Amino acid sequence: MPRPLKTRFVCSEPAVSGFRPYGGSTDGGSVPVVILCEEYEALRLSDYEGLSQMQAAGIMQVSRPTFTRIYISARKKIAAAFVEGRSMSIEGGKVIYNDGWYVCGKCGCKFESGKKEPSICPLCGGGDCFRKYDPVGEIKRSAGFSAMRGCGCGKRKCLKKR
Amino acid sequence: MITAISCSGNSMDSQVDTRFGRCPFFAIFDSESGKLRFEENPGKEAESGAGPAAVKFIASQGAQKIVSGEFGFKVKPLFDQLDIQMISIEGNKTVREIMELLKSN
Repeated sequence: MPRPLKTRFVCSEPAVSGFRPYGGSTDGGSVPVVILCEEYEALRLSDYEGLSQMQAAGIMQVSRPTFTRIYISARKKIAAAFVEGRSMSIEGGKVIYNDGWYVCGKCGCKFESGKKEPSICPLCGGGDCFRKYDPVGEIKRSAGFSAMRGCGCGKRKCLKKR
Repeated sequence: MITAISCSGNSMDSQVDTRFGRCPFFAIFDSESGKLRFEENPGKEAESGAGPAAVKFIASQGAQKIVSGEFGFKVKPLFDQLDIQMISIEGNKTVREIMELLKSN
């Protein structure tokens, strides 16, 4: 028996629950391609936010090879939907939405306050020393992210770069 | 307000344990009366479900905040339901330091 899947941490829910093709002979009438929530998140972190797979895997709390498998599967499914003119629906997957965290700049703690907006930091009691926790922003702010993506030639230091 | 702190020993100078479900002790601190007591974590040796067991224990102590390092994925929805605030800290801090932070507010 294989090991059970690890739960993937997803930053936020997808904005829409699916896509439909238009024009042509098919109008999404055939069976939709099911894109899992974790695949959506992998695509978002890698292609939209431009993180490396290592960093993205850290955010989703899975291993780097597992992240790559999720990402490949996402691209395969989207390509299939494009080519075959099928609709896509984003649903399912073994995920947990890990949102609602705040970071305090004064005492350095990370806290969570359910559904309501916090008014003070629960540890140090400061009024306006916290901000919403954003793992992608946190990585981008830290050193070593700048100029990660060059002109697309694959080389880290591109000679043709303007 | 009662705060629970996961810690690695049962003294004021023991460090905050970064594991929530499997820490050996919980420090229960009442910021109104200033009392601090240590309770053993009932689920620290459990094979599975140590986190949810610890959540139950914390809730039975009447705590409204919990200070620890990391919370597992089974724990977060439970705390959300019970309206207990999770606080996650990084680095080595002792129970005394956390108490002083809590007292100051």
